[in-house]
Amino acid sequence: MTPHLHLWLIPVLPLVGATINGFLGKRFSRQTVAAVALLFSGAAFVMVLLVASRFSSLATPHIEFLATWIRAGKFQVDFSFYLDQLSLVMLLVVTGVGFLIHIYSVGYMWEEGGFYRFFTYLNLFMFFMLTLVLASNYLVMFIGWEGVGLASYLLIGFWFTKDSAASAGKKAFIVNRVGDFGFLIALFLLIKHFGSLNFDQVFRSVIPMGPETGGAGLLTAVGLLLMVGAAGKSAQIPLYVWLPDAMEGPTPVSALIHAATMVTAGVYMVSRSHVIFERAPMALTVVAIIGTLTALFAATIGITQTDIKKVLAYSTISQLGYMFMACGVGAFSAGIFHLMTHAFFKGLLFLAAGSVIHAVSGEQDMRQMGGLRTKIPWTFWTMTIATFAIAGIPPLAGFFSKDEILWRAYQASWVYWLIGLFTAFLTAFYMFRLWFMTFFGKYRGTAEAHEESAGDLAHGDTRPGAPASHRHGHGHGGIHESPRLMVIPLVVLAFLSLTGGWIGVPGSLGGSNRFDKFLGPVFHSTITAGVEGHGLAGEKEAEGPEPQTGHGTELIFTGISVLAGLLGLVLAWQLYYRNPQLPQQIAAGLGSLYDAVVHKYYIDELYAALFVKPLIAGSALILWHGIDQDVIDASVDNGAHGANEVSDSVRHMQSGNLRSYAGWVAAGAAAVIAYMVWMGTR
Amino acid sequence: MVPISYYLILSGILFACGATGFLIKRNIISIFMSIELMLNGVNLSFVAFAAQWHALSGQIFVFFVMVVAAAEAAVGLAIIISVYRTRETLNVDHVDLLKL
Repeated sequence: MTPHLHLWLIPVLPLVGATINGFLGKRFSRQTVAAVALLFSGAAFVMVLLVASRFSSLATPHIEFLATWIRAGKFQVDFSFYLDQLSLVMLLVVTGVGFLIHIYSVGYMWEEGGFYRFFTYLNLFMFFMLTLVLASNYLVMFIGWEGVGLASYLLIGFWFTKDSAASAGKKAFIVNRVGDFGFLIALFLLIKHFGSLNFDQVFRSVIPMGPETGGAGLLTAVGLLLMVGAAGKSAQIPLYVWLPDAMEGPTPVSALIHAATMVTAGVYMVSRSHVIFERAPMALTVVAIIGTLTALFAATIGITQTDIKKVLAYSTISQLGYMFMACGVGAFSAGIFHLMTHAFFKGLLFLAAGSVIHAVSGEQDMRQMGGLRTKIPWTFWTMTIATFAIAGIPPLAGFFSKDEILWRAYQASWVYWLIGLFTAFLTAFYMFRLWFMTFFGKYRGTAEAHEESAGDLAHGDTRPGAPASHRHGHGHGGIHESPRLMVIPLVVLAFLSLTGGWIGVPGSLGGSNRFDKFLGPVFHSTITAGVEGHGLAGEKEAEGPEPQTGHGTELIFTGISVLAGLLGLVLAWQLYYRNPQLPQQIAAGLGSLYDAVVHKYYIDELYAALFVKPLIAGSALILWHGIDQDVIDASVDNGAHGANEVSDSVRHMQSGNLRSYAGWVAAGAAAVIAYMVWMGTR
Repeated sequence: MVPISYYLILSGILFACGATGFLIKRNIISIFMSIELMLNGVNLSFVAFAAQWHALSGQIFVFFVMVVAAAEAAVGLAIIISVYRTRETLNVDHVDLLKL
């Protein structure tokens, strides 16, 4: 008998916060709104900590049944929650990082309009994300999946009076719809073939099945369709286009939703469904290829961006590509490990970037920054830690997780490893480029001129300025460090970015990769169970906790990847610190290739030409003018006009003249008699 | 014995007279009398058939018609008086407030 954990409280607490703020927040003071939001998201974090503290005494997976949702014949879907090592890690990341970002947001959004609305959405997001993570079947997961999409839409379009923000929200929502379509079809397939959506039951029926090596089968189809969903949510090729635009939202939102938590839902979903993917090698290969290509592709775009948040957005896409690469080579725990460390350092990078933007009064163009090192020391130092972490410099968090992925990728194929390594180099390069451009050299912005240009909306920032603002409020006194409320989360996340990787120190460096061992029961147990059934010996070898290859080789690879990171540092130092003119010359030298990269390979334009414009034209011509106006509207209009005309002609009968009425009666009677006579004579 | 067709023809003539009067007369009282004429035409055919088939129901029905006609005459004359009081005319062509 396992103790009752009240898992349901974890998602419901933020929902209560969202409800209170949503319905009453308008009347509350900012202090009250902030207190409610922090109280409930913090309470969820405390709940998760409580659960974590009792976790070792639990029999996993622990399933908490709440209520039956759908029952149709043998098919049944419950509201129930599923707790195992994987969801515990996700819970800790989501509530922990989420709570820190809530704190940060209080400082960041203090001067903005719609303060209560922001925290309502943020708490609502937490509710859906926790539902997604805790779900014990695909359908409840889908509720969370759609819900985080909704929250993401609301928060991207938070400054909805600004056209670009509103359309960025729509873009995110619509692109995600494409992915959700794949996810839904996968669910239908699962219902049809397994008659259930519960993780337990589906996986139990999948485990005895052998891997589909011969060709594409049911599991491959399910896997690929799930991957379509994951590609939408986690911004992978070809559905990544919404994430860079999503930077229109407030920066804490970018940090929470579009870096640390929601976009990793796809990785979580693929890892959760690892039983299916492991038996569909073709689907796994597709996952790995998509991940690898996305990692490389987004990293190259990241090099050329000048908007500090856009660089981070492409960096996020690239890092998510890493996670999918890890999943694709079967190293699910490495993917989740990177997910966790990425949540720390990328969340920190975004928050620090927000602090930079805050400091320079809303400027986002890195070309207008520079030399901020001494002016905002806290931001500088925390961002430095995050930058070194993402660049894979030991002993920071990113080093361990990235190294783990690269090593496992190498075991699958040297191609993945090579591209991954090159991407690591690119990552280090563009991150240090950002670092040097922002914090070193001379300040290139219009220092105190911000006072004058504060009202100038064309200044290229995401704030709608409208009633705001922020810039007026804090603009005085030029560049300034952020308030303590914003600095504290930075410091905590910096600490986590620094030490977060130490729980997964690989064997080759004298550690024991406790993280991998912790997740072991999730990712390994089913394999061994499968071996009895169909002999998945090959997979077991690849998935084994300790690869057979010696530590020596692994150390060499670790060295190479560290070197790649350092090379990126040196190159960025050369180009953006010592010779700041050089990049322009190189860009000019590259000509059209550079242009293509700056314009993100014209993918947005391509999609616009291929899908968006034909769709709009087709909708306007056929659906709008053709069907809606000419058929639906016309039938209603003509019906009304017809009735009007008929009544108009008939109304003359109502003359008010008694004798004419009598005439009608007589004529009617005569007609009836004539008819009856005629019927009688027939 | 007079053949039934004679009665029926007379009944038809009475009804036609009533109907025609109803349609062409303008005075409400004349119209009212035309209605009585139509009712009596029908009554005649009822009693003729009743005598022909030795069925009592026709004759009973005639009593009902006469009762209804009497009631109708009472109500109708009351209406006519009240119309004349308010409009000072009995020409139906001038009593046309109900027209659209």
